[in-house]
Amino acid sequence: MNVSLEPSRLAPADMMRASLIGLRTRRLRSILSGLGIVIGIAAMVGVLGLSESSKSDLLAQLDQLGTNMLRIEAGSGIGIGTGELPEDSTAMVSRVGPVEQVASISETEANVYRTDLVPEGQTGGITVKAVDANLLATLQGQMASGIFLDEAVSDLPVVVLGSVAAERLGVNDGTDGTVVWLGGEWFSVVGVMETLDLSPDLDRAALVSYSTAETFLGHEGVPSTIYVRSNPDDIDAVRSVLPATVNPESPDEVEVTRPSDALEAKEAADQAFTNLLLGLGAVALLVGGVGIANVMVISVLERRGEIGLRRALGATKGHISIQFLGESLILATLGGLGGVALGGAVTAAYAWSQGWEVLIPAVAIVGGMGAALIIGVIAGLYPAMRAARVSPTEALRTL
Amino acid sequence: MSPTATASAQTMAASSDQRTVLALSNVTKTYPGTPPVHAIRGVDLDIRSGELVSIVGPSGSGKSTLLHVIGTLDRATSGTVAVAGYDVDDLNDKQLSSLRSRHIGFVFQQFFLLAGETALDNVADGLLYTGIALSRRRVLAERALEQVGLAHRMTHEATKLSGGERQRVAIARALIGSPDIILADEPTGNLDSKSGEDVVRLIEDLNAAGTTIVVITHDHEIADRFPRRVSLLDGGVVEDTRFTEPGDPR
Repeated sequence: MNVSLEPSRLAPADMMRASLIGLRTRRLRSILSGLGIVIGIAAMVGVLGLSESSKSDLLAQLDQLGTNMLRIEAGSGIGIGTGELPEDSTAMVSRVGPVEQVASISETEANVYRTDLVPEGQTGGITVKAVDANLLATLQGQMASGIFLDEAVSDLPVVVLGSVAAERLGVNDGTDGTVVWLGGEWFSVVGVMETLDLSPDLDRAALVSYSTAETFLGHEGVPSTIYVRSNPDDIDAVRSVLPATVNPESPDEVEVTRPSDALEAKEAADQAFTNLLLGLGAVALLVGGVGIANVMVISVLERRGEIGLRRALGATKGHISIQFLGESLILATLGGLGGVALGGAVTAAYAWSQGWEVLIPAVAIVGGMGAALIIGVIAGLYPAMRAARVSPTEALRTL
Repeated sequence: MSPTATASAQTMAASSDQRTVLALSNVTKTYPGTPPVHAIRGVDLDIRSGELVSIVGPSGSGKSTLLHVIGTLDRATSGTVAVAGYDVDDLNDKQLSSLRSRHIGFVFQQFFLLAGETALDNVADGLLYTGIALSRRRVLAERALEQVGLAHRMTHEATKLSGGERQRVAIARALIGSPDIILADEPTGNLDSKSGEDVVRLIEDLNAAGTTIVVITHDHEIADRFPRRVSLLDGGVVEDTRFTEPGDPR
């Protein structure tokens, strides 16, 4: 009896063709079932891309503002301190080695109004603070218009407004000679600051120099807040010595914070939200996978005749299961590609509209495609096994 | 051979130069159940290269089961089946697939053509599982389509052709690898009488050119035209008549 029998073979290109037949002949159904994967992957890529883009924006902001700034305040709370720092604390802080810049702020009792006709109670929540001339530089802030307080105007009744304060007072431009009613005197607005991310309280303040405060408002220059810019490498050491430097008698009454920590906390909060959205994306992906599995099972039932024919043509059970598994994989891969493209496009469009740098992390693309392939395999496995188990004689009797 | 068979003397006089492509010996097929169904009972059948055989019988006589057993799509419950020199009992499922891919061609009543593919590619699929490259398969498919008179339909979508043409495409698909035997299950069952007649003529022409063909039919008119007729009833062969020897004019 003859024994040499060459095994059935299916070339990879033919396997691909066989797997594409079902998708080609049932286009709408394939598109709809692939859409689930598209949405799932797009959601994941979009969430990761947007989170990365916004993070990069935040990091750029942090980088620009620097994480080497410390803020010293008099401790507040029951039984702690007077709300003021010792008079010579600014000078003492500036003597700490790694400290590069020091600027102090002192709260005044005065209020500022657009005109002298505005009722006294309508302060608009704007405080008036006496500040050092180098405050803007220490905060690395920018002027929206006009100039900051400097030596030339230090004895004159001039004021610089924070961005919110300017808006509330109806001052659009710091250069057109607008005057405001401050502490019972007319003050000229010489500048309006940009928003200060690290010191939002200054956005709602009107700033005057110490000597102006003393001359026109009778204010004593006791600092309530000191901003310190130090060598970044020594920031922790500086932070630890500041309370005792500022107030050797009661270091406990001095509070030292790092404003950039707030931005970092914001980043952490964003991360938690990102994780939640990623979870939602994963659920969408799962639903997409179930959709593909469903379509594949129906396809196996509908195509029993084709399965029977292929078995008659010499296909092994393995060839049949690979064909259906391949179909599911192709569907999921196309869905994954569509999802990556859509997610990328959404990220790019949103990041562009926000003025962020467009960043789509490789992990989102590779992970998205990987997830799609895994879903494709899982969704296709059962239908493929079912197709392989179809008895050829039963299948050929079907129609 | 079944005890009731009335084989003609000619049946026994097989010439030695014609090899046996199909040999069934005391084959039974029983489907389990209560009571069990004996679809085929003790069938003996030898088919030699170049024969054109009709297997005829009424519904439920076991024709389709016999075709599935001959075509190795199903295994016999007992007895031996040898196709193209291979004892089916010695082969595992993968080897049976291989046997079908190279040695057996199938033609079905429902055509089973793949939608969305041209007639040429449907015919080329006849050798899909042999590992032969598509370009070569297409060359062979072209020849097969020419053989069945459909050279002008090669690039047409197969499922959009007329019934008779579709069946001719299916015959070309069975023919492409020059198998040892072609099994046709009610090939005219879905066709009008004119197309049916064309298909029967094509089968006769292909046989005249040397192809071994077994046609399963319930149509006695067709069965009577072929050189050999095997009649089935209740799963057993009741008549095996060879009107002419293979190659002899009828």
